[in-house]
Amino acid sequence: MSRRAEALLALLGVAALIFTAWAAPWLRFVLTVALAKGLGVLGLLLLLRAGQVSFGHAMFLALGAYTVAFAAPSVPETLVLLPAAALLAGVAGLLIGLFVVRYRDIFFGMLNLALSMVFYSVLEKFYAVTKGTDGIRVPPLTIAGLEPVRETQEWVMFGLALGLALLCALGVRAYLASPMGQALAGIKTRETRLEFLGVPARRVLLFAYVLSATMGGAAGALIAMTSRHVTPQLAYWTSSGELIFIGILGGAGSALGPFLGAAAFELVRVYAAAAVADAWQMILGGVLLAVILFAPGGLIGILSGRAQQRPAGRA
Amino acid sequence: MTVPLLSARGLRLAFGGVKAADGIDLDVMPGEFLAIIGPNGAGKTTFINMTTGYLRPQAGAIEYEGQAILGLAPRAIVRRGIGRSFQLPQLFTEHTVLENAALAIAARAGIWSPLVPLLRPGYRRDAMALLARFGLEGVAEARADALNEGARKLADIAMAVALEPRLLLMDEPTSGVAASEKMGVVETLVRVLREAGVTAVFVEHDMEVVARFADRVAVWSQGRILTLGPPAAVLADPAVRREVIGIEAAAAHG
Ligand SMILES: Nc1ncnc2c1ncn2[C@@H]1O[C@H](COP(=O)(O)OP(=O)(O)OP(=O)(O)O)[C@@H](O)[C@H]1O
Ligand SMILES: [Mg+2]
Repeated sequence: MSRRAEALLALLGVAALIFTAWAAPWLRFVLTVALAKGLGVLGLLLLLRAGQVSFGHAMFLALGAYTVAFAAPSVPETLVLLPAAALLAGVAGLLIGLFVVRYRDIFFGMLNLALSMVFYSVLEKFYAVTKGTDGIRVPPLTIAGLEPVRETQEWVMFGLALGLALLCALGVRAYLASPMGQALAGIKTRETRLEFLGVPARRVLLFAYVLSATMGGAAGALIAMTSRHVTPQLAYWTSSGELIFIGILGGAGSALGPFLGAAAFELVRVYAAAAVADAWQMILGGVLLAVILFAPGGLIGILSGRAQQRPAGRA
Repeated sequence: MTVPLLSARGLRLAFGGVKAADGIDLDVMPGEFLAIIGPNGAGKTTFINMTTGYLRPQAGAIEYEGQAILGLAPRAIVRRGIGRSFQLPQLFTEHTVLENAALAIAARAGIWSPLVPLLRPGYRRDAMALLARFGLEGVAEARADALNEGARKLADIAMAVALEPRLLLMDEPTSGVAASEKMGVVETLVRVLREAGVTAVFVEHDMEVVARFADRVAVWSQGRILTLGPPAAVLADPAVRREVIGIEAAAAHG
Protein backbone atom coordinates (compact mmCIF):
# COMPACT_ATOMS: atom_id res chain seq x y z
CA MET A 1 0.00 0.00 0.00
CA SER A 2 1.31 3.46 -0.79
CA ARG A 3 2.30 5.76 2.06
CA ARG A 4 -0.48 8.20 1.25
CA ALA A 5 -3.18 5.56 1.02
CA GLU A 6 -2.05 4.14 4.34
CA ALA A 7 -1.97 7.54 6.05
CA LEU A 8 -5.39 8.37 4.66
CA LEU A 9 -6.80 5.05 5.83
CA ALA A 10 -5.33 5.59 9.29
CA LEU A 11 -6.86 9.04 9.53
CA LEU A 12 -10.26 7.77 8.38
CA GLY A 13 -10.03 4.90 10.84
CA VAL A 14 -9.22 7.18 13.76
CA ALA A 15 -12.08 9.53 12.81
CA ALA A 16 -14.52 6.63 12.48
CA LEU A 17 -13.48 5.20 15.85
CA ILE A 18 -13.81 8.51 17.67
CA PHE A 19 -17.13 9.24 16.02
CA THR A 20 -18.51 5.80 16.90
CA ALA A 21 -17.28 6.06 20.48
CA TRP A 22 -19.02 9.40 20.77
CA ALA A 23 -22.24 8.55 18.93
CA ALA A 24 -22.68 5.10 20.49
CA PRO A 25 -21.39 5.25 24.08
CA TRP A 26 -22.19 1.57 24.66
CA LEU A 27 -19.58 0.73 22.00
CA ARG A 28 -16.81 2.71 23.69
CA PHE A 29 -15.93 -0.30 25.81
CA VAL A 30 -16.04 -2.64 22.80
CA LEU A 31 -13.79 -0.38 20.74
CA THR A 32 -11.28 0.05 23.56
CA VAL A 33 -10.97 -3.71 23.88
CA ALA A 34 -10.72 -3.97 20.09
CA LEU A 35 -7.83 -1.49 20.01
CA ALA A 36 -6.09 -3.40 22.80
CA LYS A 37 -6.47 -6.70 20.98
CA GLY A 38 -5.24 -5.04 17.80
CA LEU A 39 -2.12 -4.09 19.71
CA GLY A 40 -1.63 -7.72 20.69
CA VAL A 41 -2.16 -8.84 17.10
CA LEU A 42 0.34 -6.24 15.90
CA GLY A 43 2.94 -8.11 17.95
CA LEU A 44 1.91 -11.35 16.31
CA LEU A 45 2.34 -9.71 12.92
CA LEU A 46 6.01 -9.05 13.69
CA LEU A 47 6.64 -12.76 14.18
CA LEU A 48 4.63 -13.50 11.05
CA ARG A 49 7.11 -11.38 9.09
CA ALA A 50 9.72 -13.96 9.98
CA GLY A 51 7.32 -16.69 8.85
CA GLN A 52 6.65 -17.74 12.44
CA VAL A 53 3.21 -18.17 14.00
CA SER A 54 2.91 -18.21 17.78
CA PHE A 55 -0.03 -20.31 18.95
CA GLY A 56 0.45 -19.08 22.51
CA HIS A 57 0.76 -15.35 22.21
CA ALA A 58 -2.19 -14.69 24.54
CA MET A 59 0.08 -15.61 27.46
CA PHE A 60 1.69 -12.19 27.19
CA LEU A 61 -1.68 -10.45 27.19
CA ALA A 62 -2.69 -12.50 30.22
CA LEU A 63 0.59 -11.64 31.93
CA GLY A 64 -0.04 -7.94 31.38
CA ALA A 65 -3.62 -8.26 32.62
CA TYR A 66 -2.67 -10.18 35.76
CA THR A 67 0.12 -7.71 36.48
CA VAL A 68 -2.54 -5.01 36.65
CA ALA A 69 -4.85 -7.18 38.75
CA PHE A 70 -2.12 -8.06 41.27
CA ALA A 71 -0.53 -4.63 41.53
CA ALA A 72 -3.66 -2.46 41.41
CA PRO A 73 -4.57 -2.78 45.14
CA SER A 74 -1.19 -1.35 46.16
CA VAL A 75 -0.55 0.94 43.16
CA PRO A 76 -3.92 1.96 41.71
CA GLU A 77 -2.43 4.32 39.12
CA THR A 78 -3.11 3.71 35.42
CA LEU A 79 -0.02 5.52 34.19
CA VAL A 80 2.22 3.34 36.38
CA LEU A 81 0.47 0.02 35.87
CA LEU A 82 0.38 0.23 32.09
CA PRO A 83 4.15 0.62 31.53
CA ALA A 84 4.86 -1.81 34.36
CA ALA A 85 2.74 -4.50 32.70
CA ALA A 86 4.39 -3.88 29.34
CA LEU A 87 7.85 -4.02 30.90
CA LEU A 88 7.15 -7.22 32.79
CA ALA A 89 5.77 -8.88 29.65
CA GLY A 90 8.85 -7.69 27.75
CA VAL A 91 11.16 -9.27 30.33
CA ALA A 92 9.14 -12.49 30.19
CA GLY A 93 9.38 -12.28 26.39
CA LEU A 94 13.15 -12.03 26.65
CA LEU A 95 13.43 -15.08 28.90
CA ILE A 96 11.00 -17.19 26.88
CA GLY A 97 12.40 -15.80 23.63
CA LEU A 98 15.95 -16.91 24.42
CA PHE A 99 14.52 -20.41 24.35
CA VAL A 100 11.91 -20.37 21.56
CA VAL A 101 13.85 -18.41 18.90
CA ARG A 102 16.03 -21.48 18.47
CA TYR A 103 13.05 -23.20 16.84
CA ARG A 104 11.17 -22.63 13.62
CA ASP A 105 7.78 -23.25 12.11
CA ILE A 106 5.59 -25.86 13.79
CA PHE A 107 8.07 -26.28 16.66
CA PHE A 108 8.09 -22.54 17.31
CA GLY A 109 4.30 -22.42 17.23
CA MET A 110 3.79 -25.46 19.44
CA LEU A 111 6.41 -24.41 22.01
CA ASN A 112 4.61 -21.12 22.43
CA LEU A 113 1.33 -23.00 22.78
CA ALA A 114 2.80 -25.33 25.39
CA LEU A 115 4.21 -22.48 27.45
CA SER A 116 0.93 -20.60 27.31
CA MET A 117 -0.94 -23.68 28.52
CA VAL A 118 1.49 -24.05 31.41
CA PHE A 119 0.80 -20.43 32.31
CA TYR A 120 -2.95 -21.03 31.99
CA SER A 121 -2.75 -23.99 34.38
CA VAL A 122 -0.81 -21.96 36.92
CA LEU A 123 -3.45 -19.24 36.80
CA GLU A 124 -6.23 -21.77 37.09
CA LYS A 125 -4.83 -24.12 39.74
CA PHE A 126 -3.27 -21.84 42.34
CA TYR A 127 -6.59 -20.66 43.68
CA ALA A 128 -5.13 -19.16 46.85
CA VAL A 129 -3.15 -16.65 44.81
CA THR A 130 -5.08 -16.26 41.56
CA LYS A 131 -8.67 -17.10 42.64
CA GLY A 132 -8.66 -19.72 39.85
CA THR A 133 -11.36 -19.51 37.21
CA ASP A 134 -13.26 -16.95 39.32
CA GLY A 135 -10.56 -14.48 38.37
CA ILE A 136 -9.65 -11.22 40.06
CA ARG A 137 -11.58 -7.97 40.12
CA VAL A 138 -9.57 -4.87 39.33
CA PRO A 139 -10.34 -1.99 41.75
CA PRO A 140 -11.04 1.52 40.39
CA LEU A 141 -7.82 3.15 39.18
CA THR A 142 -6.59 6.71 39.29
CA ILE A 143 -5.30 8.50 36.21
CA ALA A 144 -2.38 10.83 36.93
CA GLY A 145 -3.60 10.90 40.53
CA LEU A 146 -7.16 11.90 39.62
CA GLU A 147 -10.29 9.83 40.06
CA PRO A 148 -12.46 10.77 37.09
CA VAL A 149 -16.14 9.96 36.83
CA ARG A 150 -17.14 6.86 34.91
CA GLU A 151 -17.67 8.47 31.53
CA THR A 152 -14.39 10.39 31.64
CA GLN A 153 -12.67 7.22 32.76
CA GLU A 154 -14.06 5.42 29.69
CA TRP A 155 -12.85 8.18 27.39
CA VAL A 156 -9.42 8.16 28.96
CA MET A 157 -9.05 4.40 28.49
CA PHE A 158 -10.30 4.72 24.92
CA GLY A 159 -7.84 7.56 24.28
CA LEU A 160 -4.96 5.65 25.86
CA ALA A 161 -5.69 2.61 23.72
CA LEU A 162 -6.01 4.70 20.58
CA GLY A 163 -2.85 6.67 21.29
CA LEU A 164 -0.87 3.55 22.05
CA ALA A 165 -2.25 1.84 18.94
CA LEU A 166 -1.16 4.74 16.73
CA LEU A 167 2.25 4.99 18.36
CA CYS A 168 2.92 1.27 18.05
CA ALA A 169 1.60 1.09 14.48
CA LEU A 170 3.98 3.89 13.48
CA GLY A 171 6.83 2.27 15.37
CA VAL A 172 6.22 -1.14 13.83
CA ARG A 173 6.01 0.42 10.40
CA ALA A 174 9.39 2.10 10.82
CA TYR A 175 10.90 -1.03 12.36
CA LEU A 176 9.74 -3.28 9.52
CA ALA A 177 11.25 -0.93 6.92
CA SER A 178 14.59 -0.78 8.79
CA PRO A 179 17.51 -3.13 8.19
CA MET A 180 16.45 -5.09 11.29
CA GLY A 181 12.88 -5.46 10.05
CA GLN A 182 14.04 -6.45 6.58
CA ALA A 183 16.43 -8.98 8.09
CA LEU A 184 13.45 -10.30 10.05
CA ALA A 185 11.65 -10.89 6.75
CA GLY A 186 14.85 -12.53 5.51
CA ILE A 187 14.46 -15.22 8.18
CA LYS A 188 11.37 -16.33 6.31
CA THR A 189 13.07 -16.73 2.93
CA ARG A 190 16.83 -17.31 3.47
CA GLU A 191 18.05 -17.66 7.00
CA THR A 192 21.37 -19.16 5.81
CA ARG A 193 22.15 -16.04 3.86
CA LEU A 194 21.65 -13.91 6.96
CA GLU A 195 24.26 -15.94 8.82
CA PHE A 196 26.66 -15.58 5.90
CA LEU A 197 26.10 -11.83 5.97
CA GLY A 198 27.41 -11.95 9.52
CA VAL A 199 23.92 -11.29 10.94
CA PRO A 200 22.79 -13.42 13.91
CA ALA A 201 19.30 -14.49 12.82
CA ARG A 202 18.27 -15.62 16.29
CA ARG A 203 19.03 -12.23 17.76
CA VAL A 204 17.01 -10.57 15.00
CA LEU A 205 14.05 -12.81 15.86
CA LEU A 206 14.58 -12.33 19.60
CA PHE A 207 14.30 -8.56 19.23
CA ALA A 208 10.98 -9.00 17.42
CA TYR A 209 9.82 -11.49 20.02
CA VAL A 210 10.54 -9.14 22.92
CA LEU A 211 8.84 -6.31 21.08
CA SER A 212 5.76 -8.46 20.43
CA ALA A 213 5.64 -9.61 24.05
CA THR A 214 5.88 -6.01 25.27
CA MET A 215 3.00 -4.93 23.06
CA GLY A 216 1.08 -7.99 24.25
CA GLY A 217 1.64 -6.94 27.86
CA ALA A 218 0.39 -3.43 27.18
CA ALA A 219 -2.63 -4.88 25.37
CA GLY A 220 -3.43 -7.14 28.31
CA ALA A 221 -3.12 -4.26 30.76
CA LEU A 222 -5.57 -2.19 28.71
CA ILE A 223 -8.01 -5.09 28.62
CA ALA A 224 -7.76 -5.57 32.40
CA MET A 225 -8.25 -1.86 33.05
CA THR A 226 -11.24 -1.69 30.70
CA SER A 227 -13.04 -4.88 31.67
CA ARG A 228 -11.94 -4.56 35.33
CA HIS A 229 -11.91 -8.34 35.65
CA VAL A 230 -9.20 -10.87 34.71
CA THR A 231 -9.59 -14.64 34.35
CA PRO A 232 -7.30 -17.48 33.20
CA GLN A 233 -9.37 -17.56 30.00
CA LEU A 234 -7.13 -14.71 28.82
CA ALA A 235 -4.24 -17.19 28.54
CA TYR A 236 -6.26 -20.11 27.18
CA TRP A 237 -5.34 -21.41 23.73
CA THR A 238 -8.60 -20.18 22.24
CA SER A 239 -7.53 -16.63 23.13
CA SER A 240 -4.28 -17.14 21.22
CA GLY A 241 -6.30 -18.59 18.36
CA GLU A 242 -8.50 -15.51 18.43
CA LEU A 243 -5.44 -13.29 17.97
CA ILE A 244 -4.36 -15.31 14.94
CA PHE A 245 -7.92 -15.18 13.61
CA ILE A 246 -7.93 -11.39 13.93
CA GLY A 247 -4.54 -11.23 12.25
CA ILE A 248 -5.77 -13.16 9.22
CA LEU A 249 -9.05 -11.26 9.13
CA GLY A 250 -7.31 -7.87 9.24
CA GLY A 251 -4.42 -8.78 6.97
CA ALA A 252 -0.68 -8.73 7.56
CA GLY A 253 0.19 -6.34 4.75
CA SER A 254 0.02 -3.19 6.88
CA ALA A 255 0.36 -2.20 10.53
CA LEU A 256 -3.28 -1.05 10.27
CA GLY A 257 -4.51 -4.57 9.51
CA PRO A 258 -4.56 -5.81 13.12
CA PHE A 259 -6.68 -2.88 14.29
CA LEU A 260 -9.08 -3.13 11.38
CA GLY A 261 -9.38 -6.85 12.03
CA ALA A 262 -9.90 -6.39 15.76
CA ALA A 263 -12.57 -3.71 15.31
CA ALA A 264 -14.44 -5.85 12.78
CA PHE A 265 -14.11 -8.93 14.99
CA GLU A 266 -15.38 -7.27 18.17
CA LEU A 267 -18.24 -5.48 16.42
CA VAL A 268 -19.38 -8.62 14.62
CA ARG A 269 -19.15 -10.51 17.88
CA VAL A 270 -21.29 -7.99 19.75
CA TYR A 271 -24.01 -7.86 17.10
CA ALA A 272 -23.89 -11.49 16.01
CA ALA A 273 -23.96 -12.72 19.60
CA ALA A 274 -27.02 -10.60 20.23
CA ALA A 275 -28.80 -11.57 17.03
CA VAL A 276 -27.96 -15.24 16.66
CA ALA A 277 -26.47 -16.34 19.96
CA ASP A 278 -25.89 -19.98 19.02
CA ALA A 279 -24.68 -19.49 15.49
CA TRP A 280 -22.09 -16.85 16.15
CA GLN A 281 -19.10 -19.15 16.04
CA MET A 282 -20.38 -20.57 12.79
CA ILE A 283 -20.54 -17.05 11.40
CA LEU A 284 -16.93 -16.45 12.48
CA GLY A 285 -15.83 -19.68 10.84
CA GLY A 286 -17.63 -18.72 7.64
CA VAL A 287 -16.04 -15.27 7.61
CA LEU A 288 -12.58 -16.74 8.14
CA LEU A 289 -13.10 -19.21 5.33
CA ALA A 290 -14.27 -16.45 3.00
CA VAL A 291 -11.27 -14.29 3.86
CA ILE A 292 -8.77 -17.10 3.29
CA LEU A 293 -10.38 -18.14 0.01
CA PHE A 294 -11.28 -14.81 -1.51
CA ALA A 295 -9.21 -12.13 0.23
CA PRO A 296 -5.93 -13.60 1.50
CA GLY A 297 -4.72 -10.02 2.09
CA GLY A 298 -7.46 -9.62 4.70
CA LEU A 299 -9.71 -6.59 5.18
CA ILE A 300 -6.76 -4.24 4.76
CA GLY A 301 -6.03 -5.95 1.46
CA ILE A 302 -9.60 -5.41 0.28
CA LEU A 303 -9.59 -1.75 1.33
CA SER A 304 -6.29 -1.02 -0.37
CA GLY A 305 -7.12 -3.39 -3.21
CA ARG A 306 -6.84 -0.90 -6.00
CA ALA A 307 -3.73 0.73 -4.59
CA GLN A 308 -2.12 -2.70 -4.28
CA GLN A 309 -3.15 -4.02 -7.67
CA ARG A 310 -1.31 -1.36 -9.58
CA PRO A 311 2.26 -2.04 -8.41
CA ALA A 312 1.58 -5.79 -8.56
CA GLY A 313 0.41 -5.45 -12.15
CA ARG A 314 3.55 -3.56 -13.06
CA ALA A 315 5.99 -6.09 -11.59
CA MET B 1 58.03 -16.92 0.03
CA THR B 2 54.75 -15.19 0.76
CA VAL B 3 52.59 -16.27 3.66
CA PRO B 4 49.39 -18.10 2.66
CA LEU B 5 46.11 -16.28 3.25
CA LEU B 6 44.34 -19.51 4.05
CA SER B 7 46.02 -22.67 5.19
CA ALA B 8 44.22 -26.00 5.68
CA ARG B 9 45.96 -29.01 7.21
CA GLY B 10 44.83 -32.61 7.49
CA LEU B 11 41.09 -31.92 7.21
CA ARG B 12 39.03 -35.04 7.68
CA LEU B 13 35.29 -35.48 7.66
CA ALA B 14 33.27 -38.61 6.99
CA PHE B 15 29.51 -38.94 6.64
CA GLY B 16 28.86 -42.52 7.65
CA GLY B 17 31.21 -44.45 5.39
CA VAL B 18 31.63 -41.62 2.87
CA LYS B 19 34.93 -39.77 3.26
CA ALA B 20 34.04 -36.27 2.09
CA ALA B 21 37.42 -34.99 3.31
CA ASP B 22 40.23 -37.47 3.71
CA GLY B 23 43.30 -35.47 4.65
CA ILE B 24 43.03 -32.14 2.82
CA ASP B 25 46.17 -29.92 2.86
CA LEU B 26 45.85 -26.68 0.94
CA ASP B 27 47.45 -23.23 0.99
CA VAL B 28 45.70 -20.34 -0.74
CA MET B 29 48.09 -17.52 -1.67
CA PRO B 30 47.09 -13.86 -1.45
CA GLY B 31 45.80 -12.51 -4.74
CA GLU B 32 45.47 -15.81 -6.55
CA PHE B 33 42.48 -17.38 -8.29
CA LEU B 34 42.45 -21.01 -7.32
CA ALA B 35 40.10 -23.36 -9.14
CA ILE B 36 38.85 -26.59 -7.59
CA ILE B 37 37.79 -29.27 -10.04
CA GLY B 38 36.70 -32.84 -9.50
CA PRO B 39 33.83 -35.27 -10.04
CA ASN B 40 30.48 -35.08 -8.27
CA GLY B 41 30.69 -36.10 -4.65
CA ALA B 42 34.47 -35.51 -4.48
CA GLY B 43 34.09 -33.23 -1.47
CA LYS B 44 34.51 -29.80 -3.07
CA THR B 45 31.49 -28.22 -1.41
CA THR B 46 32.44 -29.95 1.84
CA PHE B 47 35.78 -28.13 1.77
CA ILE B 48 33.99 -24.77 1.39
CA ASN B 49 31.54 -25.73 4.12
CA MET B 50 34.37 -26.55 6.50
CA THR B 51 36.25 -23.35 5.71
CA THR B 52 33.19 -21.18 6.28
CA GLY B 53 32.18 -22.80 9.56
CA TYR B 54 29.10 -24.52 8.17
CA LEU B 55 30.53 -27.98 8.80
CA ARG B 56 33.10 -28.90 11.41
CA PRO B 57 35.84 -31.34 10.37
CA GLN B 58 36.53 -34.32 12.62
CA ALA B 59 40.27 -33.64 12.43
CA GLY B 60 42.63 -31.01 11.06
CA ALA B 61 43.23 -27.30 11.32
CA ILE B 62 42.40 -24.18 9.29
CA GLU B 63 44.24 -20.91 9.64
CA TYR B 64 43.21 -17.65 8.04
CA GLU B 65 45.70 -14.77 8.13
CA GLY B 66 47.69 -16.78 10.64
CA GLN B 67 44.79 -17.35 13.05
CA ALA B 68 42.90 -20.54 13.74
CA ILE B 69 39.29 -20.25 12.57
CA LEU B 70 38.12 -23.81 13.17
CA GLY B 71 35.12 -23.94 15.46
CA LEU B 72 34.01 -20.38 14.78
CA ALA B 73 30.39 -19.82 13.71
CA PRO B 74 29.80 -18.92 10.05
CA ARG B 75 28.99 -15.32 10.92
CA ALA B 76 32.20 -14.94 12.96
CA ILE B 77 34.23 -16.25 10.02
CA VAL B 78 32.43 -13.91 7.64
CA ARG B 79 33.32 -11.01 9.92
CA ARG B 80 37.00 -11.95 9.67
CA GLY B 81 36.91 -11.48 5.91
CA ILE B 82 35.98 -14.79 4.29
CA GLY B 83 33.02 -14.44 1.94
CA ARG B 84 31.07 -17.18 0.28
CA SER B 85 28.67 -17.69 -2.59
CA PHE B 86 26.50 -20.72 -3.11
CA GLN B 87 25.95 -23.49 -5.64
CA LEU B 88 22.26 -22.58 -5.35
CA PRO B 89 22.11 -18.79 -4.96
CA GLN B 90 20.89 -17.80 -1.51
CA LEU B 91 18.94 -14.63 -2.12
CA PHE B 92 16.06 -13.17 -0.14
CA THR B 93 13.49 -14.23 -2.70
CA GLU B 94 10.67 -11.96 -1.58
CA HIS B 95 12.88 -8.87 -1.67
CA THR B 96 14.01 -6.88 -4.69
CA VAL B 97 17.59 -7.17 -5.92
CA LEU B 98 18.23 -3.66 -4.59
CA GLU B 99 16.91 -4.62 -1.15
CA ASN B 100 19.08 -7.73 -1.17
CA ALA B 101 22.13 -5.62 -1.94
CA ALA B 102 21.16 -2.97 0.61
CA LEU B 103 20.76 -5.62 3.30
CA ALA B 104 24.28 -6.81 2.56
CA ILE B 105 25.54 -3.23 2.75
CA ALA B 106 23.65 -2.76 6.02
CA ALA B 107 25.06 -6.00 7.37
CA ARG B 108 28.58 -4.65 6.95
CA ALA B 109 27.69 -1.48 8.88
CA GLY B 110 25.58 -3.28 11.52
CA ILE B 111 21.84 -3.68 11.17
CA TRP B 112 20.81 -2.71 14.69
CA SER B 113 19.06 0.57 13.99
CA PRO B 114 15.35 -0.19 14.18
CA LEU B 115 13.97 3.18 13.09
CA VAL B 116 15.91 4.29 9.99
CA PRO B 117 14.71 2.72 6.73
CA LEU B 118 16.89 0.17 4.95
CA LEU B 119 16.62 2.11 1.71
CA ARG B 120 18.02 5.30 3.27
CA PRO B 121 19.87 7.42 0.68
CA GLY B 122 23.35 6.24 1.73
CA TYR B 123 22.55 2.54 1.56
CA ARG B 124 20.56 2.94 -1.64
CA ARG B 125 23.49 4.68 -3.29
CA ASP B 126 26.01 2.08 -2.09
CA ALA B 127 23.70 -0.77 -3.11
CA MET B 128 23.20 0.69 -6.59
CA ALA B 129 26.97 1.17 -6.93
CA LEU B 130 27.52 -2.45 -5.90
CA LEU B 131 24.95 -3.70 -8.42
CA ALA B 132 26.49 -1.50 -11.13
CA ARG B 133 29.88 -3.16 -10.61
CA PHE B 134 28.20 -6.45 -11.49
CA GLY B 135 26.15 -5.00 -14.34
CA LEU B 136 22.96 -5.63 -12.38
CA GLU B 137 21.67 -2.05 -12.10
CA GLY B 138 19.01 -2.79 -14.74
CA VAL B 139 17.33 -5.42 -12.56
CA ALA B 140 17.62 -3.51 -9.26
CA GLU B 141 13.86 -3.21 -8.85
CA ALA B 142 13.06 -6.78 -9.90
CA ARG B 143 12.25 -9.39 -7.28
CA ALA B 144 15.20 -11.66 -6.64
CA ASP B 145 13.26 -14.78 -7.63
CA ALA B 146 12.44 -13.29 -11.04
CA LEU B 147 16.08 -13.19 -12.24
CA ASN B 148 17.65 -15.59 -14.70
CA GLU B 149 20.33 -17.92 -13.38
CA GLY B 150 23.31 -15.84 -14.51
CA ALA B 151 22.00 -12.72 -12.79
CA ARG B 152 21.11 -14.71 -9.66
CA LYS B 153 24.64 -16.06 -9.44
CA LEU B 154 26.07 -12.56 -9.82
CA ALA B 155 23.65 -11.12 -7.25
CA ASP B 156 24.62 -13.89 -4.84
CA ILE B 157 28.30 -13.07 -5.31
CA ALA B 158 27.60 -9.34 -5.05
CA MET B 159 26.09 -9.88 -1.60
CA ALA B 160 29.25 -11.63 -0.48
CA VAL B 161 31.42 -8.90 -2.03
CA ALA B 162 29.42 -6.21 -0.21
CA LEU B 163 31.07 -7.31 3.01
CA GLU B 164 34.49 -6.56 1.47
CA PRO B 165 36.02 -9.99 2.01
CA ARG B 166 39.71 -10.59 1.39
CA LEU B 167 39.01 -14.20 0.50
CA LEU B 168 35.95 -15.31 -1.47
CA LEU B 169 34.89 -18.94 -1.83
CA MET B 170 32.56 -19.52 -4.76
CA ASP B 171 30.76 -22.81 -5.23
CA GLU B 172 30.16 -23.40 -8.93
CA PRO B 173 29.58 -19.79 -9.98
CA THR B 174 28.60 -20.87 -13.50
CA SER B 175 26.54 -24.02 -12.92
CA GLY B 176 23.06 -23.69 -14.33
CA VAL B 177 24.00 -20.58 -16.30
CA ALA B 178 23.11 -20.76 -20.00
CA ALA B 179 26.15 -21.49 -22.17
CA SER B 180 25.74 -18.21 -24.03
CA GLU B 181 25.90 -16.22 -20.78
CA LYS B 182 28.61 -18.19 -19.04
CA MET B 183 31.74 -16.35 -20.20
CA GLY B 184 30.05 -12.98 -19.61
CA VAL B 185 29.24 -13.95 -16.03
CA VAL B 186 32.78 -15.12 -15.33
CA GLU B 187 34.37 -12.09 -16.99
CA THR B 188 32.21 -9.80 -14.89
CA LEU B 189 33.02 -11.42 -11.61
CA VAL B 190 36.72 -11.79 -12.36
CA ARG B 191 36.90 -8.10 -13.23
CA VAL B 192 35.13 -7.10 -9.99
CA LEU B 193 37.30 -9.38 -7.85
CA ARG B 194 40.54 -8.19 -9.47
CA GLU B 195 39.50 -4.55 -9.00
CA ALA B 196 38.74 -5.20 -5.34
CA GLY B 197 41.93 -7.23 -4.84
CA VAL B 198 39.97 -10.25 -3.58
CA THR B 199 41.63 -13.65 -3.45
CA ALA B 200 39.28 -16.29 -4.84
CA VAL B 201 38.74 -20.00 -4.61
CA PHE B 202 36.12 -21.33 -6.99
CA VAL B 203 34.68 -24.72 -7.73
CA GLU B 204 34.21 -25.11 -11.47
CA HIS B 205 33.12 -27.85 -13.85
CA ASP B 206 33.82 -25.95 -17.07
CA MET B 207 37.45 -26.58 -18.11
CA GLU B 208 37.44 -23.65 -20.53
CA VAL B 209 36.66 -21.30 -17.63
CA VAL B 210 39.35 -22.95 -15.52
CA ALA B 211 41.96 -22.70 -18.26
CA ARG B 212 41.22 -19.03 -18.87
CA PHE B 213 40.83 -17.66 -15.38
CA ALA B 214 42.58 -19.84 -12.80
CA ASP B 215 46.13 -19.19 -11.60
CA ARG B 216 46.27 -22.66 -10.07
CA VAL B 217 44.04 -25.70 -10.18
CA ALA B 218 43.44 -28.22 -7.40
CA VAL B 219 42.01 -31.55 -8.48
CA TRP B 220 39.70 -33.17 -5.93
CA SER B 221 38.90 -36.86 -5.86
CA GLN B 222 37.23 -38.87 -3.11
CA GLY B 223 38.02 -36.38 -0.39
CA ARG B 224 41.67 -35.92 -1.38
CA ILE B 225 43.67 -33.52 -3.53
CA LEU B 226 44.95 -35.50 -6.49
CA THR B 227 47.17 -32.77 -7.99
CA LEU B 228 47.71 -29.08 -7.64
CA GLY B 229 49.41 -26.76 -10.12
CA PRO B 230 49.11 -24.32 -13.01
CA PRO B 231 46.14 -25.01 -15.30
CA ALA B 232 48.17 -25.84 -18.40
CA ALA B 233 50.07 -28.60 -16.65
CA VAL B 234 47.16 -29.95 -14.59
CA LEU B 235 44.66 -30.04 -17.44
CA ALA B 236 47.21 -31.81 -19.66
CA ASP B 237 47.96 -34.48 -17.05
CA PRO B 238 46.77 -37.84 -18.43
CA ALA B 239 45.60 -39.06 -15.01
CA VAL B 240 43.51 -35.93 -14.52
CA ARG B 241 42.14 -36.16 -18.03
CA ARG B 242 41.14 -39.75 -17.47
CA GLU B 243 39.79 -39.54 -13.93
CA VAL B 244 38.25 -36.11 -13.82
CA ILE B 245 37.80 -34.49 -17.17
CA GLY B 246 36.84 -37.76 -18.85
CA ILE B 247 34.14 -38.35 -16.28
CA GLU B 248 32.96 -34.79 -16.57
CA ALA B 249 32.79 -34.89 -20.34
CA ALA B 250 30.82 -38.13 -20.10
CA ALA B 251 28.51 -36.61 -17.48
CA ALA B 252 28.03 -33.50 -19.57
CA HIS B 253 27.10 -35.53 -22.62
CA GLY B 254 25.06 -38.13 -20.77
N1 LIG C 1 25.66 -32.79 5.24
C1 LIG C 1 25.94 -33.98 4.68
N2 LIG C 1 25.42 -35.12 5.21
C2 LIG C 1 25.70 -36.32 4.66
N3 LIG C 1 26.49 -36.50 3.59
C3 LIG C 1 27.04 -35.42 3.01
C4 LIG C 1 26.78 -34.10 3.52
N4 LIG C 1 27.45 -33.20 2.76
C5 LIG C 1 28.09 -33.93 1.82
N5 LIG C 1 27.85 -35.25 1.97
C6 LIG C 1 28.41 -36.32 1.14
O1 LIG C 1 29.79 -36.10 1.05
C7 LIG C 1 30.26 -36.33 -0.27
C8 LIG C 1 30.90 -35.07 -0.81
O2 LIG C 1 29.88 -34.11 -1.05
P1 LIG C 1 30.16 -32.66 -1.64
O3 LIG C 1 28.86 -31.96 -1.67
O4 LIG C 1 31.27 -32.03 -0.91
O5 LIG C 1 30.62 -33.01 -3.12
P2 LIG C 1 30.96 -32.03 -4.32
O6 LIG C 1 32.37 -32.32 -4.72
O7 LIG C 1 30.65 -30.64 -3.97
O8 LIG C 1 29.99 -32.58 -5.44
P3 LIG C 1 29.15 -31.78 -6.55
O9 LIG C 1 30.06 -31.58 -7.72
O10 LIG C 1 28.05 -32.74 -6.89
O11 LIG C 1 28.65 -30.52 -5.96
C9 LIG C 1 29.05 -36.79 -1.08
O12 LIG C 1 29.07 -38.20 -1.11
C10 LIG C 1 27.88 -36.28 -0.29
O13 LIG C 1 26.77 -37.12 -0.47
MG1 LIG D 1 29.26 -29.23 -4.62
